[in-house]
Amino acid sequence: MQVPAAFEYRRASSVEDALALLETLGEEARVVAGGHSLLPMMKLRLARPEYLIDINDLSDLDYLRVEGGELRVGALTRHRSLLESELVGSHFPIFHDAERVIADPPVRNRGTIGGSLCQADPSEDLSAVCAALRATLVVRGRGGTRAIPMAAFYRGPYETAVGPAEMLVEIRLPLVPHSGSAYEKVERKAGDWAVAAAGAALSLHGGRIGQAGIALAALGAATVNSVRAEQALLGQEPTEQAFAAAGRAAAQDCDPVTDGRGSAEYKRHLADELTRRALRRAADRAAVAALAAGAAGEDG
Amino acid sequence: MTTVEESAPAPEPASAPEERPIGYGRLKRKEDPRFVRGKGHYVDDIQLPGMLHGAVLRSPLAHARIVSIDTSAAESHPKVKAVITGAALEGLGLAWMPTLSMDTQAVLATDKVRFQGQEVAFVVAEDHYAARDAVELIDVEYEPLDPVIDARHALDPGAPVIRDDQEGRTDNHIFDWEAGDREATDAVFARADVVVAQDMLYPRVHPAPLETCGCVADMDPVEGKLTLWETTQAPHAHRTLYAMVAGLPEHKIRVVSPDIGGGFGNKVGIYPGYVCAVVGSILTGKPVKWVEDRSENLMSTSFARDYHMHGEIAASRDGRILAVRVNVLADHGAFNGTAQPTKYPAGFFHIFTGSYDIEAAHCKVTGVYTNKAPGGVAYACSFRVTEAVYLVERMVDCLADELGEDPAELRMKNLLRPEQFPYHNKTGWEYDSGDYPATLRKALDVAGYAELRREQAERRARGELMGVGVSFFTETVGAGPRAHMDILGLGMADGCELRIHPTGKAVLRISVQSQGQGHETTFAQIVAEELGIPPEDIEVVHGDTDQTPFGLGTYGSRSTPVSGAAAAVVARKVRDKSRIIAGAMLEISPEDLEWEKGRWFVKGDPGNAKTIPEIALAAHGALELPEGVEGHLEATTVYNPPNLTYPYGAYICVVDVDPGTGVVKVRRFVAVDDCGTRINPTIIEGQVHGGLADGVGMALMEIIAFDEDGNCLSGSFMDYLLPTALEVPAWELDHTVTPSPHHPIGAKGIGESATVGSPPAVVNAVMDAIGVRHADMPLTPGRVWQAMHGGVGAPQ
Ligand SMILES: Cc1cc2nc3c(=O)[nH]c(=O)nc-3n(C[C@H](O)[C@H](O)[C@H](O)COP(=O)(O)OP(=O)(O)OC[C@H]3O[C@@H](n4cnc5c(N)ncnc54)[C@H](O)[C@@H]3O)c2cc1C
Repeated sequence: MQVPAAFEYRRASSVEDALALLETLGEEARVVAGGHSLLPMMKLRLARPEYLIDINDLSDLDYLRVEGGELRVGALTRHRSLLESELVGSHFPIFHDAERVIADPPVRNRGTIGGSLCQADPSEDLSAVCAALRATLVVRGRGGTRAIPMAAFYRGPYETAVGPAEMLVEIRLPLVPHSGSAYEKVERKAGDWAVAAAGAALSLHGGRIGQAGIALAALGAATVNSVRAEQALLGQEPTEQAFAAAGRAAAQDCDPVTDGRGSAEYKRHLADELTRRALRRAADRAAVAALAAGAAGEDG
Repeated sequence: MTTVEESAPAPEPASAPEERPIGYGRLKRKEDPRFVRGKGHYVDDIQLPGMLHGAVLRSPLAHARIVSIDTSAAESHPKVKAVITGAALEGLGLAWMPTLSMDTQAVLATDKVRFQGQEVAFVVAEDHYAARDAVELIDVEYEPLDPVIDARHALDPGAPVIRDDQEGRTDNHIFDWEAGDREATDAVFARADVVVAQDMLYPRVHPAPLETCGCVADMDPVEGKLTLWETTQAPHAHRTLYAMVAGLPEHKIRVVSPDIGGGFGNKVGIYPGYVCAVVGSILTGKPVKWVEDRSENLMSTSFARDYHMHGEIAASRDGRILAVRVNVLADHGAFNGTAQPTKYPAGFFHIFTGSYDIEAAHCKVTGVYTNKAPGGVAYACSFRVTEAVYLVERMVDCLADELGEDPAELRMKNLLRPEQFPYHNKTGWEYDSGDYPATLRKALDVAGYAELRREQAERRARGELMGVGVSFFTETVGAGPRAHMDILGLGMADGCELRIHPTGKAVLRISVQSQGQGHETTFAQIVAEELGIPPEDIEVVHGDTDQTPFGLGTYGSRSTPVSGAAAAVVARKVRDKSRIIAGAMLEISPEDLEWEKGRWFVKGDPGNAKTIPEIALAAHGALELPEGVEGHLEATTVYNPPNLTYPYGAYICVVDVDPGTGVVKVRRFVAVDDCGTRINPTIIEGQVHGGLADGVGMALMEIIAFDEDGNCLSGSFMDYLLPTALEVPAWELDHTVTPSPHHPIGAKGIGESATVGSPPAVVNAVMDAIGVRHADMPLTPGRVWQAMHGGVGAPQ
């Protein structure tokens, strides 16, 4: 049995309580949500917080609702809720694509979206999903809240914009008309972390690509988004040619390393291949959304 | 009949499950109620009054000189009872211990550390947490040395000498071993039309049992008796070795192997942690529990394989295989701790001639030290038969590729024919029995081979990558005849004792130890078949040296071939005696009695009979017994196998490969096994299912990898990947039955067939799909893609 170093345990009764504990206990205190990233690291003694602040009682951080043209997701929402939610799936099928291949049911039952994003592992699938969807993250401290775009939230491997006495409380995903999204991941076995993954989201306006979000996981990119791939798509018709150009751009934007999951060369190829695949499916879904909207007489 | 394993297992000839066969047939495992209800009792479940807990400090470096070890901070931890170092063990003569291959292994390092994860110190504390905390308080100063990681450079001039503890040693060479006839083989190669050569690595993999290794050592200072609960596949061998090495009298050592959560060879050897726990118990006067964690298990305990093979196959233009020769470089890690019969440093690798009628064969195996964990166990491989089968089955596919022949037809043309048995192969084995063509034909039928090839052609035309892989394997298991086979001088024969209680219930004491194979059921069925009493009336006792007769344990598929034979023989002895007693009861000469499962009756008068329970009661009662016949109904035996047994099978795997990503999907897997007599088909199928999953895992994802500094990169299940239900198809099983002629019940053993036979089928299928001659396992998406694009794959 792998056992962590000694630590003290506190159970927060509210967000305010959790923030107060973070402030009084100082730098050596860590929030624990699902614990599926933090506890393994503690057991390997790679992480040794002196205090754990358990936020699992904060059910007011566990919600999914549409408000102000956004899907708002509480930070304590579990992988499983995202996977099972029709609301999430209807607006952002990319979440269902990704959640199906994240870990296994026991991990998904407990692991949270907040924990995934705050862990900021370069292979974290939800980071790529949120980046492709251009999420805004709401971070709260004792002094108030800040809204941070995903691109500024992720500061590199295991580093985020969340300050020492702050918590991520909400993820906001803008609802974009006539849009579609998809996620493609290569793994060595079910539940494995990605060898490489790509997420794509795009909207169609008058048969051309309006907005585009391309994000990569496990590919060593300095930022999660592939800006060049996104630019390659803007204003284009959703054709194989456009997707190929985006795929090539994504392959240029990434900086993978050779390891047990594969060579850098292979992973760079996957950035291209998976970006194209995700784009094809995202475009198909966007076309269906545009058709449905057209049938309902909505304006794009 | 084809058994397609979908939801419910299709019925097999024997009785339906609820019919409860008296003897062979489908029977739910007797041990399962306790396992499925969480009532199994494993080493870590043992709690003794006053029990202390041990933890091991391990080396972070692969090769380094130990400059100093400071244990003072750990010793002053309030919950620590003892800190043991190599220096302390030296005083007891226990700093080094013998390995199963006549080498020595450091219990705790004194001079150098020789692999990452090597045991350096042992802490005994009041609880597991304190022990782990105190381990971190030990301060070791190391002077790093250059490591030898790649076995191919172990023999380079000037390579660092790993085992400088051995007087006069100047290199990393362990042994050279040969089998077959080199000259005859070279001569056949010289005149052959076609010669194909291929390098291949069977990578280092790990048995990775669900339960890691551990023990509870309890030295009773008053009685002077050591009780050792251990995760061991071979309790008797361990006891004898402890007696010989530690100088404890053998009758004062009791080794108990309780429920074991998987072994696969990982639990054959003696690990430093066991020895340290014993020393800890002696020093503190308290029981000491030591159970390693997952990373320790993966990084420091016996691995398997790690064979660099150069194979060559010679054939005529029309596809007759003439000869096979192979050179192997065997990576044995830092200490030569492989578990093999003494005479065979490369195990039974010389069964690499496979299932084919060839003219000549030769192999040379060179063993070397590297700065990696020691071992090279018989991991579900029947002593390196896995490597041998992989080699020959890949070579046959390489030849088929060269000749442009269908790999199934090429095999069919070269398989041994039934009339050639018993068959003496070119490296010294005597194959007992088989009808190979019938088994291959059955596999091809079940798979619908011709149809698969048609489908493949259609898909290829559409740019899709589908592959069909065939393998045909012959194992040599059930070691073994004691004239040829021993481990550290202990012969590989097994004892067995059977006692029938007065009411006709029985207890069978066996020397082998189940790690999940279902011995409590299978062995009861063997006795039930011989005596005609229900299997549920027979208690099978195993795993406790104070309760069972001597024998070498369970590995290399030897339980049924050796110990199962002993069970049948001992039951027949009891049956013979019961005949005499029945004769006395019926006042008739035993010769005039005839046996019918469960009872002796008077010839020509079937109503006049005595059942086993009646006879048992009489044997314990007042009945006057004939001259020289002792009371009670029991017998003992020791079974020394006359030969090994040769299970075989034909496997066919169908895969689809994603051309854009290299991801392999195993679509179908057909396994037709011949293990001779089938005692319990349900258990056999379970063994095959597990072995096939294991084989798919090795072919596609398992590897213990190292970086160039010798850091183990596979120290957790995030990196050492095991297949799950999602990676494997619904198995399609079938069988043929060719009983072993020399085995008392004709059984050949099934424990390792599927692990041995399946990896080449999977690899052959992937190579067939991507049109590449060879790529090394594990065929992860990245390696497959790299192979498709002419690369060598990611360095591992
Ligand atoms: C076997 C296994 C397989 C996995 N496979 C995958 C995979 O394939 N893909 C993938 O993307 N992920 C994978 N994961 C990771 C898993 O998705 C994440 O571990 C998990 O969802 C993280 O969320 P958590 O709630 O468990 O975080 P925790 O472990 O509780 O926390 C992680 C970090 O985030 C911090 N934190 C948590 N919540 C907040 C908050 N609200 N505000 C501020 N900081 C916070 C914690 O302090 C900690 O530093 C796997 C995990 C396991 C164990």
